[in-house]
Parts: sequence; C-alpha cells; structure tokens
Amino acid sequence: MLALLLIAIPVLMAGASFLLGPKLAKPLAFITGIAELLLTLVCIWIFQKGDTGHLLQFNKQWIGPLGMTFNFALDGISLVMCLLTALVSVLVIYSSYNRSFRNPHVFYGLLLLMAGSMIGAFTTSDGMMFYIFYEFALIPIYFICLIWGRGEQKSQVTLKFFLYTLFGSLFMLVSLLYVYRFAGSFELSKMYAAGQAMSTAEQGLVFAGFFIAFAVKIPVFPLHTWQPATYDMAPTAGTMMLGGIMLKMATYGIIRLILPMVPDGVSEYGHWAIALCAISVVYASMMAITQKRYKLLLAYSSVAHVGLLAAGILSNNAQGIQGGVMEMLSHGILTVGLFFVVDILESRMGHDNIDKMGGIREVNPLFAFLFFAIVMGSVALPATSGFVGEFLLLLGLNQYSPILTAVAGLTVVLGAVYMLRSFQSMMLGAANAATATFAALTKHEKTVLIIVVVLVIVLGVYPSPILELSNTSVENLLPGVH
Amino acid sequence: MKEILISSLLGIVILTADILKLRKVVFAVVLLGLAALAGSCIMDWGHNEIPFAEKGKMLIFDNFALAFTFVISVVSFLWFFMTKESFSSNTTRTDLYALAAFSICGAVVMVSYSNLVMLFLGVEILSIPVYVLAASDKKSFVSNEAGFKYFFLGAVASAFLLFGIALIYGACGSFDLNIITEKITAVGSMPGLFIVGSMLILAGFAFKISVAPFHMWAPDVYQGSPTVITAFMATIVKAAAFGGMFRLFSTTLSPMLAQYALVFALMTGLTLIVANVIATRQTNSKRLLAYSSVSHAGFMLGAVMMASSMHYKYLIYYVFTYSIASLTAFTALNHVSVFQGGDESTDAFKGLVKRNPVMAGAVTVSLLSMAGIPPLSGFMAKYFVISNVLNGGHIWLVIIMILTSVVAMYYYLKLIIAMFTPLENAGRIAVSGAQKMMYVLMTILLVALFFGASALEVVKW
Repeated sequence: MLALLLIAIPVLMAGASFLLGPKLAKPLAFITGIAELLLTLVCIWIFQKGDTGHLLQFNKQWIGPLGMTFNFALDGISLVMCLLTALVSVLVIYSSYNRSFRNPHVFYGLLLLMAGSMIGAFTTSDGMMFYIFYEFALIPIYFICLIWGRGEQKSQVTLKFFLYTLFGSLFMLVSLLYVYRFAGSFELSKMYAAGQAMSTAEQGLVFAGFFIAFAVKIPVFPLHTWQPATYDMAPTAGTMMLGGIMLKMATYGIIRLILPMVPDGVSEYGHWAIALCAISVVYASMMAITQKRYKLLLAYSSVAHVGLLAAGILSNNAQGIQGGVMEMLSHGILTVGLFFVVDILESRMGHDNIDKMGGIREVNPLFAFLFFAIVMGSVALPATSGFVGEFLLLLGLNQYSPILTAVAGLTVVLGAVYMLRSFQSMMLGAANAATATFAALTKHEKTVLIIVVVLVIVLGVYPSPILELSNTSVENLLPGVH
Repeated sequence: MKEILISSLLGIVILTADILKLRKVVFAVVLLGLAALAGSCIMDWGHNEIPFAEKGKMLIFDNFALAFTFVISVVSFLWFFMTKESFSSNTTRTDLYALAAFSICGAVVMVSYSNLVMLFLGVEILSIPVYVLAASDKKSFVSNEAGFKYFFLGAVASAFLLFGIALIYGACGSFDLNIITEKITAVGSMPGLFIVGSMLILAGFAFKISVAPFHMWAPDVYQGSPTVITAFMATIVKAAAFGGMFRLFSTTLSPMLAQYALVFALMTGLTLIVANVIATRQTNSKRLLAYSSVSHAGFMLGAVMMASSMHYKYLIYYVFTYSIASLTAFTALNHVSVFQGGDESTDAFKGLVKRNPVMAGAVTVSLLSMAGIPPLSGFMAKYFVISNVLNGGHIWLVIIMILTSVVAMYYYLKLIIAMFTPLENAGRIAVSGAQKMMYVLMTILLVALFFGASALEVVKW
C-alpha cells in the first residue's frame, strides 16, 4: 500500500502543479519532495521493525491472460533506491529554488512526474511494470531538456538522447517477452524461475538484451555517445536528475532483473560485459582529463564512476552488490553537489572553462572548502561516502578477476588526476580579473552545499544503516551469492 | 438488426433534412443517430441476431459485429464533433454529412456480413461515398486528383475482391460463410480455386487497408483529400476494412491463414519497413501522417495474421486507440494549416506550444501514443499485437516491429520538436471552447485506455 502511495504522491502533485500555475510551483514541489522523503523514512522504519507484510506490498491482477500484474514490494534495495530518489529530488528542487524559469509549474511538474515514475521502477515486482516505468521516465526528462535546455543544437541532441535510449530499452522488451514465453507471467518471482530454467545459451541472449538496454542508460562504452552532449545542454536540474537518479534505474535493473533471472548467462558471458565496463572506466577517465570545460569533465567522470559501479555489480557477489547499492546513493548525492558547483560557477562567470578561472579560493574560501569536500567524496577519499561504495565495489570485483580490478581501479587514480587538477586550476593560484569579483555564496547556495557535504561525510563515516538495510534483501534476492 | 436500420436511415434523414430546409438541426440529428447506433450495440450485446433470416443468412449481429459497430459509431461521433467547424458552408455540409453517414452504413455492413455478397456490397457502400468525399474540395486540383486516384485504384481493388469471391463460389458453390467453411472442412484440403480466390480477396483487402505492396495510393490520396476527409479515411474506413478482413480470416479463410502465414508475415514486415523508412524523409506533415497510418496498418495486419488464434478484442483495442490518436493529429493539422494559409509542411507546426498549448499537448500525447510510449494506450495496443505474434513464433517479425518503432519515434519526434521550437511573432491559433474540450477529452482517453486495458478481460466477448 505504501509503495503505491510513494508513486502516487509525486504523480498527483505533478498534476496539481500543472493545474495550479506558476505561482505555487516551487513551494508545492518542495513540499512534495519533503513529504516523499518522510514517507520513505517511515517505510524504512516499518521495514526495520520487520513488518514486510501488507503495508509494504501491493498485489493486484491487472491484465490476467497476458500475465501483467500490478505488484509492488518494498525490500531493502528498493528502499535505498527510494531514499536516493526522494533525497536527490529534494536537493534538486531546493537547489534550483533561486533560479528563475519560464513556466516553472510545468518544469517542476515534469520533475515530479519523473521522480514518481522512477520510484515506480524501483518498487515494482513485475517485469512489465518495470519496463513501463523505465520507459515513461524518459518523457518528462526529454521535455525538460527540449524546452529548458541550452544551445543551438538542443533539438538534435535531445533527439539523439531519446532515440538512443528508446532503442536500447526495446532490447529489454524483447528479453522480457522472451522470458515471459516460458514464465507465463511478468511477476518477477515467476520470471526468475523460468529464466533460471533456460539453457545457458538462451540465458546469454536474454542477458545480452538486458545489458544493451542498461548499457545505453548507464552509459557504458561504446554506447555512451549520447551522454556528454545531453548532460551539457540540459538545464542543471535536468542533469542532476539524469546523472543522480535516472541512470540508477539501469544499475538497479542489473541487480533486480539480470542477476537473479539469468545467473548462468552472467557467469558464462559476464566477463564480456565487465570488460566493457572496465574499458568504459579507462576511456572516460582519459576523456575527462582532456576536457577544457568543467561540465563536460563531470559528464565523463560520471561515465567512469558508473562503469565501475556496473562492473562491481556484475561481478555477482555480496560485496559487489552491496557496494553497488551504497555507491548508487553516494554517486547520486555527489552528482547533485558537483553539478550545483558548476551552476554556481556559471551563474557568476558566465562559462565553465577551467583554464579561464583561478584563484577563486582567495576570493571565496568557503566555497572552495565546500567544493573541495565534494571533490574528495568524488575521488573516494576514506571517510567519504564515495570511499565506502568504491572500496566495496573493487573488493567484489577483485573476487571475480584481479586483472579487471586493476583496470577498473584506475578510476580512483585517474579520478584523482582530473578532479584535483581541475580543482587546482579553478580554485587555487592567484585570482585573475574575471575571478576577482567572484561573489559570495548566497544563503541558499551555502545550505545546499553544506547539506551535500554533511551527507557525504556522514555516509562515509557511518554507512552501516544503509548496508544493513540492503544486506538481507541482497541475500534474499540472490541466495547463491555470498 | 436495429444497427443496420439506424445507420441507413441516418443517411436518408440527413438528405431529406436538406430538402426540408432543416439544415440547422442536421448536426444534432447526426449525433443523436450515432449515439443511438452505439446504444443499440450495447443493448443487443450477446443476442447474436440474424436479421432477415428467412431470406438466407446475409448479416449476423454477433458480438464481433456489435463490437466493431460500436467502435465505428464512437469514432464517427468523435469525428463529427472534431470536424464540425471545418465544414464552413451550410450548403455542402448536409451533402457531405449524408455521404459520411452512408459510408458508415457500409462500414456496419462490412463488419457484420455472413455472406460474401454482403461483404462486397459493404465494401462498395463504404467506398463510393468516400470517393466523392475525397474530391469534395471541388476547386482544388489535388483534391480532384485524390478522388480520381482513389476511385480508380479502389475500383481495381473491388474487382480483385469480386473475382476472388467468384472463384470461391466456384470452388464451394455458395456465398454463405458457414456453408463454405463446412465444405472446406469436409473436403479436408483446399481446392486450387479456393486458394487463388482467397489470395485475390487478400489482395483486394490489402488495397483497402493500404499495406505494402498495395499501399502506393494511400499517401497521394491522403495528402490530396481535404484533411477532415483524410481523418475519416484513416480511421473509420480502416476500422471497417480491418473488421471485415478479420472476420473472414478468423473463420472461413483460417485454413488459408495457417498455410500462407509467411505471406502475411512478409507483407507485415514489408509494410512496416517501407512505410516507416519513407516517412522519415517527408516534409509534408499530412504525407508523414499518411505513411504513419500505413505503418499502423502493418501492425494491424500482424493482428489479422494471428486471426485464427488471437482474440479480436486486441484488434478492436488497436483500432480504437489508433483512431483516437490519428483523429487528434489530423484535426490539429487541419486547424494549423487553415490558419497558416494552407501550409501543411512540418514547419507549420513550429511554435504550436505557445500558439495553442492545449492543441500542442493533445498532439504530443497522440503522437507519443502512436509511437507506443507507455503509459499511453498505443503502447498496450502494440504490445498485444507483438505478444500474439511472438506466441505464433514469428520472432524475426517481432524484431522488425520493434526496430521500426524506433524509426517511427524519429519522425514523430520531428513533429514534436517543431511544436516546441519557439517561433517569433506568431499569432495564437484560436479554437472554439468545444474544440478545446475535445482535445482535452482525446488526451484523457489516450491515457485512460492504457489503464483501462484490463477492461478487455472483464467484458464477456
């Protein structure tokens, strides 16, 4: 029941936002986000108490003969993902609070709609419903990018983005339909059984279909080409939603669909996928080093981090998956922080060119300090949330293959190179004419950055609540994994 | 029984209204008549009425016929409402309304026949008024061309159909569907004449529903005809043609369907590829929508291909959702092009989101629905067909269906992007309040039908 409520709140409020008009849009969206967050916390509390019964589940037949059900269930992994969605949505809404948009009611309405459909994907326990939510989340973000995006090329870029991801997700549809032929239902528990009963070759094909769909969304080399341009042209809030939550639907999909449904396929052919992820890590890190603009650098850095994330999860052991869950949360928060920094830089400098900045620390030490803390989280310094996630991911991957770990582990080294170098050239040194007038942070900007930094450090020092939350569910979902 | 009376009387009443100078009430009469038609379908549900039974089984109003008649009357109702303001002069309006009503009568016959003669009669009653309607913009060269083309090619298609019927009569000695079925099952194999005859019937239908390689006329005719008539052809005519086709291939011709599945599959695949690829190159939005309509015919042919094992409710669902979406798109195109002085290019849609947000929203939703994006009903419709085709074991066809959906998304997005591209100094495109409500209603229908798809399981078919 509560799962349904989690989806209904943002979707209904999105409708309300469309109808009520621009004046109320921001407070409405913010209150919705807070309500969603509180409700998620209540769900977590119920779950911790051990009540997994009717409160957290909702089962209903939908289109019986075609095997579609209206099933939702909140387990530990889903709850972490809901927490991520609610938290990041609140941060995104709050961080855009002082920016003015055309038609804010439509903008925030679309944002809420997107959050609602992603919650749907995270909570459903029906394969077809997952597909529907996964696909639908594309529509709001497409319009956010098309209407509020920047640049001459935006219609081409959004077109590529949309067609690319649609093309990818249709492979998932084929895989789902293929397994459905044996399962006779889209209920995940039945699909798991049917999938596991298939031959290894069949499992490999199904795995390939799913992986292509997720690899486009994550994105994994060589299917990543839509990503940097889209991140660049999207409005800041849109980029945060894309990088913070949306791609997590794909990594969550690996945990929820691929690993339990086609375990033999993963153990037989998984190394291809993991190798691609490892290549993706190195390639994207190299690309990030060469970038002149900070937003593009962050886009490539995101490809590198999620490459490791996907590789760790696909290694199919408890550390890898646990690390994946942790890293998804951490990466979401860090993405908001980093892109908010870009937003601050752009609002003051009018550009995000790394070389043309410098010495901002002298002018505005507080900003530089908070920025540095976020950068530290991103390069996975111990005692930040990034460290917990990436350490576990590498640990998991190491059990699978030490060589691939060495390759994928380069993300930590190369990440330090491009993050620190860019930080150095933007913040340190002597202030030039352009940066000398760098205005102080507003109260609102300070709040956002401080919240992000606190979250990064708290989750880094005390990650066990999150890990415990997902632990039992990982074991339930993948009984063979340890 | 009531259905055929209501629909034929409706046309006659409209014609008489013209003579009796009652033009003011004609619109109300049309709506009332169509509502009565829909209502009688619901009342007769499950009765399996056979009108004029003593003269031989000509028509049968079983649930199949009633369901299709219901959909046809609802879509016609919406069509009349959506296009009311486009028929400006009162003089021609009554004529055109009468023609449309006669065509609807033909559609009713076409989905309820139980005798091949009635099938042919239905096709002709349906088509002949539409030939006139296509040419109804008398001063326009392209409209005349469209009417002419449609008439000639339609006549050829009818000839195919008639020849096919004649050959089947030769093989089985009867026009009655039940007797033909008995003969075929008694013999156990299909005689040569029967095979050739059913192939010719297939070709005739393929013309009417415009699937490749018999689709060439559709873009020209759709583009040339007045846009409201195009909307009529793309929805009501198509629904009736598919209804007639499904009835034949799910019963009498089902042995042929099983043996020549490959022919159907190839036609479906070819239609999807040709229509979608060519559509990407179109700059005229009416022609683009025409090709999109051909590609949907491909999907629906996929449903007919599975006719022997698939329930007709999925075809009905497809026809209905597709009709609503295309009706919305064509009506909006009509409004835009009238406002732009006849400009039908995709650029005419530029800045529509500012010029008329309600219309832009409705068109966006209908295009996304046609592209098959959840949670819009077009997704469910496509999904039903795809899963049935997959159960039939045609995996390669499923892959073509899915890949061409991406191609289709490309050209639908082209229109959507145009609508959301800002345009300087563009005036508002004003529509009446009633029209606005219709756009909103269509949008709601497209969303509601997605969630209401489970109703397909509730109704006793």
